[in-house]
Amino acid sequence: MKIYISIISIFIMSLLLSGCSKDAVKDGSGLEDGSAVSESYAYNADGSKVTELNLDKNLSAAEALMLSPEFSDPSSPLSRRTIYFGYDSSQVLNEFIPVIEAHGQYLMNHPNQRITLEGHSDERGTREYNIALAEQRAKSVFKMLQLIGVMSNQIDIVSYGEEKPVAMGHNDDFALNRRVEVVYK
Amino acid sequence: MIKLSKKIAVLLISITSLIYSHVVQAELTIEITEGVQSAYEIAVVPFAAPQGEQLASDVAEIIAQDLASCGYFNVLARTAMLTHPTQPAQVKFRNWAAIGQDYLVIGSVTKDNNLYHLQMSLFDVYKKEQLKGLRITVDAASLVMAAHHLSDAISQRITGIPGVFTTRIAYVTSLFDANNKPLYKLQVADYDGANPTSIAQSKEPIMSPAWSPDGQKIAYVSFENKVSEIFVQTLNTGESKSVAKYKGINGSPAWSPDGKRLAVTLSKDGNSDIYILTLADLSLSKLTHSRAIDTEADWSPDGRQILFTSDRGRRPQIYMMPSNGQGRAKRLTFDGNYNARGAFSADGKSIVMVQGTQGNYRIAVLDLVSGANTVLTDGPLDESPSFAPNGQAIIYARRKGDNEVLSTVSLDGQTKLDLQHATGKVREPAWAPAK
Repeated sequence: MKIYISIISIFIMSLLLSGCSKDAVKDGSGLEDGSAVSESYAYNADGSKVTELNLDKNLSAAEALMLSPEFSDPSSPLSRRTIYFGYDSSQVLNEFIPVIEAHGQYLMNHPNQRITLEGHSDERGTREYNIALAEQRAKSVFKMLQLIGVMSNQIDIVSYGEEKPVAMGHNDDFALNRRVEVVYK
Repeated sequence: MIKLSKKIAVLLISITSLIYSHVVQAELTIEITEGVQSAYEIAVVPFAAPQGEQLASDVAEIIAQDLASCGYFNVLARTAMLTHPTQPAQVKFRNWAAIGQDYLVIGSVTKDNNLYHLQMSLFDVYKKEQLKGLRITVDAASLVMAAHHLSDAISQRITGIPGVFTTRIAYVTSLFDANNKPLYKLQVADYDGANPTSIAQSKEPIMSPAWSPDGQKIAYVSFENKVSEIFVQTLNTGESKSVAKYKGINGSPAWSPDGKRLAVTLSKDGNSDIYILTLADLSLSKLTHSRAIDTEADWSPDGRQILFTSDRGRRPQIYMMPSNGQGRAKRLTFDGNYNARGAFSADGKSIVMVQGTQGNYRIAVLDLVSGANTVLTDGPLDESPSFAPNGQAIIYARRKGDNEVLSTVSLDGQTKLDLQHATGKVREPAWAPAK
């Protein structure tokens, strides 16, 4: 539970810190081609170390051009397209409800827009069980979007289980891998 | 007890065998990580070669290394041999007894047109009698496999347990290509990692290889079309056929013992359930109907039962139910708060699984008769266990630092080997059935 709370605090922190990351992006090559590379940060379980995490890796330059500017504005919940989960759980945490609501609103306002919800898990346990678990996570987000009023034909689901970790190799990375990615297409 | 564990050690360690000699093509390297025991003293005399020919493969050396690496045998160094008999009539048992040998292997290779005849004799030095004589005829390309056959025969005759020297394994590798994009490969290799062949590759994940009971086909899951899909590939022809591409999950294929059906996991009807897929017409029947996750099926050797992982009791545990769907699922596992991916032993009397206890995921064996639960490995992230064809060892995947390697462990947990891939991570081993 403690680990879990510190991970949530990451995201609050990440919003506060997002100004610096934006500067970093300006120094880089990201903005000219329209790609929205805003970075965020995550704390490890002990709360001490900060790991860089690019939350928007699934938003390509072409996608960014098609979407509204809010998607690359760190102060907008639409800039967050990764929803994290607790261990062996597919329950959406309160923390992420505003993010899902923002995407739900956007999808209702753009009925031709489609997304894929990619379910992922951490590396603990068995691979096929994790495929099923990660699909449940994606379905939890799917159901919430449906309740908001998004048409189900706007949403595809694919579960990758533990096959596509974003953070590799270390115990503290488990929390970063338990996620659903909202991919606009 | 000592004898038993020695026997087990044999089979396990025999895996190391070829690594030193004909490993030129091997991408997998083998390292003994724990507990090698030795027992019988055996001499393998260089085989007589066809007149005027230098054989590409040293048959006696392959046999020696098959046996040597297998803790059950101490193999006599060639330099310690006083004579080199190649015919039974040339054997003087007292010479071999004098240097402490229990067993003696001699043989010859003769050539007839393009075919080679391997002749092998195994002797008990103290009883002064031949235990086994064997003649195998092969072409040049099959000399190494023929040598493995001889190793199997020798090991079986002395230990009473079939060897695994001629078996193959399948596994999945994952690496980053030159453009730093992930590349997944499904590979098949000899038991020791020699002669690896990639039978499928994809930029998207490949998972869950499963051998057909006759060893001719492999079912696996691929995301190559951006969604999960189950394929069956016939190894001889390389022909690959999609057998399940439903909405949602298509996963966890497991062959029925008659090779005609696959138990699979689909989520097309809402959540993960086990279905029986008949391969002839790709028809489906639904086996489980719970609202929980049901996945990772395996058939009992008699085909009557199916075990599977379910979180119907909140945490994942292993359950078993009749494969015809007539009867309730019964929970099998009660040790550890996480038990998943069970696989039956060949006699159906025990299962091997991943057991999670306080965040440590290890390989455990459950004796279905006595209920005894034995943890065999150390964790922390061990997975994908299955029994060797001879039932004496378990192959599984584990983390080793930041890498992923294959390992084997004896049933007593005493002997452990790593098979480490030269490039990339290697995972999801599946040991082919014995031929």
